[in-house]
Amino acid sequence: MKRSRIGFSAVALLSASALVLAGCAASDEPAEGDNAAIITTNGSEPQQSLIPTNTTETGGGKVITSIFAGLVSYTADGDVENEVAKSIESEDGQNWTVTLNEGWTFTNGEAVTSDSFVKAWSYGALLDNAQSSSYFFDNIEGFSYDENSELTGLDVVSDTEFTVALINPEADFPLRLGYSAFMPLPESAWEDLDAFGENPVGNGPYMIAEDGWQHDVQIDLVVNPDYDGVRKAVNGGVSIIFYTSQDAAYADALGGNLDILDAVPDSAFATYESDFPGRSVNQPAAIFQAFNMPYYLEHWSGDEGKLRRAAISMSIDRAEITDVIFQGTRTPATDFTSPVIAGHSDALAGSEVLDFNPDEAKKLWAEADAIAPYGDSVFDLAYNADGGHQAWVDAVANSISNTLGIQAVGKAYPTFKDALNDRDANLLTGGTRAGWQADYPSLYNFLGPLYVDGAGSNKEGYSSPEFEKVLAEGASASSVEEATAKYQEAQEILLVDLPSIPLWYSNVTGVYSDTVDNVVFGWDSVPLYNEVTKG
Amino acid sequence: MLWYAGKRFLQMIPVFFGATFLIYFMVFAVPGDPIAALYGDHPPAPGVIETIRAEYNLDKPFIIQYLLYIGGLFQGDLGTTFSGRSVTDVMAQAFPITARLAMLALAIEAFFGIIVGLVAGLRKGKLFDASALVISLLLISVPTFVVGFVLQFIFGIQLGWARTTVSGAAPWGELILPAIVLASVSFAYIVRLTRASVADNLGADFVRTATAKGLSRRRVVTVHVLRNSLVPVVTYLGVDIGSLMVGAIVTEGIFNINGVGGTVYRAITLGEGPTVVSFVAVMVIIFVLANLLVDLLYAALDPRIRYAN
Repeated sequence: MKRSRIGFSAVALLSASALVLAGCAASDEPAEGDNAAIITTNGSEPQQSLIPTNTTETGGGKVITSIFAGLVSYTADGDVENEVAKSIESEDGQNWTVTLNEGWTFTNGEAVTSDSFVKAWSYGALLDNAQSSSYFFDNIEGFSYDENSELTGLDVVSDTEFTVALINPEADFPLRLGYSAFMPLPESAWEDLDAFGENPVGNGPYMIAEDGWQHDVQIDLVVNPDYDGVRKAVNGGVSIIFYTSQDAAYADALGGNLDILDAVPDSAFATYESDFPGRSVNQPAAIFQAFNMPYYLEHWSGDEGKLRRAAISMSIDRAEITDVIFQGTRTPATDFTSPVIAGHSDALAGSEVLDFNPDEAKKLWAEADAIAPYGDSVFDLAYNADGGHQAWVDAVANSISNTLGIQAVGKAYPTFKDALNDRDANLLTGGTRAGWQADYPSLYNFLGPLYVDGAGSNKEGYSSPEFEKVLAEGASASSVEEATAKYQEAQEILLVDLPSIPLWYSNVTGVYSDTVDNVVFGWDSVPLYNEVTKG
Repeated sequence: MLWYAGKRFLQMIPVFFGATFLIYFMVFAVPGDPIAALYGDHPPAPGVIETIRAEYNLDKPFIIQYLLYIGGLFQGDLGTTFSGRSVTDVMAQAFPITARLAMLALAIEAFFGIIVGLVAGLRKGKLFDASALVISLLLISVPTFVVGFVLQFIFGIQLGWARTTVSGAAPWGELILPAIVLASVSFAYIVRLTRASVADNLGADFVRTATAKGLSRRRVVTVHVLRNSLVPVVTYLGVDIGSLMVGAIVTEGIFNINGVGGTVYRAITLGEGPTVVSFVAVMVIIFVLANLLVDLLYAALDPRIRYAN
């Protein structure tokens, strides 16, 4: 735990400064403002109808977390608070007993019971239902990726109690329960799920206004008067306006048509702080950005590959790039997770490989050349041109060229789809941009899906039994502290192997108009709408 | 004349099938799995992706996909977007907005373009003419997004005369500023076309004859000079209807207008075949109709042009 203290205090400092920025002297100050005022904010059309287990992107996620309350919810710092759950307990980290608070109802009047959770999770996990979040249930007994299989690990004891049997122990299982996939659904949903997805009925702090979802235009949320959880709203509702470009959203914020903008466009990085003096936010988010070197390429596997990856990593001047290209809206990486996650550390053993060190980089590169000469092969770095990555990719390539004296270039794919295709088909000719945004505030969520052999997002072929062993020990640790220590140890293995070369953590950059106060951005980069006061 | 129009209508049938087939093929030929790409860095389980691919017929060969699409088309079903909305709904939402925007832009560029061009042509070499030339040159050379951002900043943010972006319903009033932006480049071309054409016709034989017959200057200019000068302008406007309908991507983006250009752009990047093809098919029809209208207008404007049976 010693190492992580720095991480914790950094988070505390950041959240404190966010509070100061918000002009809120102390959090116990009574909320002022108009209880009926509607906050306007930016968003995007949900990619799918609003079914919690089928919503994995931010556009729909924002709505789901506002209109549903799960067993737990997250505070701004990513801590877990009970919502519907009274307690979530386990002796061994494998068999969990969940007890629910009584009195919770959906906005159609139905009570929230054990069935509301168990049925929704079972539906989400079943192969044939093709829910995009199905893999979140893969540690519950009975789950199968290959056939329709009931979640036998879920057992309803009574209306207010159910048990969950996991396949492998998971000490921080409750951490993931605030994610949208784990929300309850009312009985009425099962009559016609398609219709329900168009007009979902939830139990969260907000509900969708009548005819509130105008496709491709906006979603209007109003306060759910029956909600009595920890996220009680102090405003009248939220209108999420869909923008296809962040520039248009920024113009609206400047023009006074938008109260809160949670993504400042690149074009405004230099000016947003002066455009919105004292009303802007720039804090690390749970987004990790890196690039990966495929193991199937010549020169990039075995000992030679290890040396080359370390050399590449040390030849990138992260501080300068985040400063010049991103105007300080990125934070140079010190590990494989994010500073907003409890247990993040900037002092892992071996993290000096992430420092800019041209001499050492040249030395390691020469050592690799002694194994097999690199010759005048071109080093390329793939990115999708539709995502605004060109500037930093070129800067990284330049940094590598200048340090190592090799020819490093960016390789643009027209769209994300094209780039993904070559990644999936093992057709890359060089490195590839990679990124990860956490689904729930846990170190494991940054490690398991990305570096375990065969995991969904481990596309470049990293495989390390040693890493997987330590990771599994972390997952089955008996306490969160012990788990964190193991996860940090697992990352120290990654720092040696560098299956992914960490670059930086993306910050969340936001601005808000003088019509609103108490704007605090959560660990997941989404403002805590329920706490915003207006008028 | 009617025979001519009928023949042109019939020609639309092969054009329609040819265009939809080619476009469907192009969307199909773009590499990459559209479903896997939907989920970004968080891919769902492989079984889930397969099921969704099957749902959108993406697992079938190209020709089957196309025939299924055409089959649905005849039953009035244009398929669904990846978000599960029917393409018909999306079209019913986007086309009216874009049509309003395009009509406004067309009216603005035609009205102001022809007047400025006419005056400039009549006063060739004078101050007004010189300034019209400079301003039009400026508008042609400055990219639309610059004009868009500048006007948005001045009128939307600084002066507050217009909304910075257009609201969902896109009423006429809010579309004026975007329409001006959209019309700016074409306005400049129309000024130049009209001016050159007017200046040309002023020296033509029929104008000299008309003046010699003792007609008033006003009548000579409006009936003889202007009417004959409009032939190239009308050609340009006809082509422009099409590009205004489809080419407003930049303007739509700046003002957050939920129109045709942006929808097609997003559908192309997502690889959403049915959406792209349905939209483009309608655009092809609009193009063909606009061209037909232009051809028919020629006859009305220029007595030398007649469509024989």
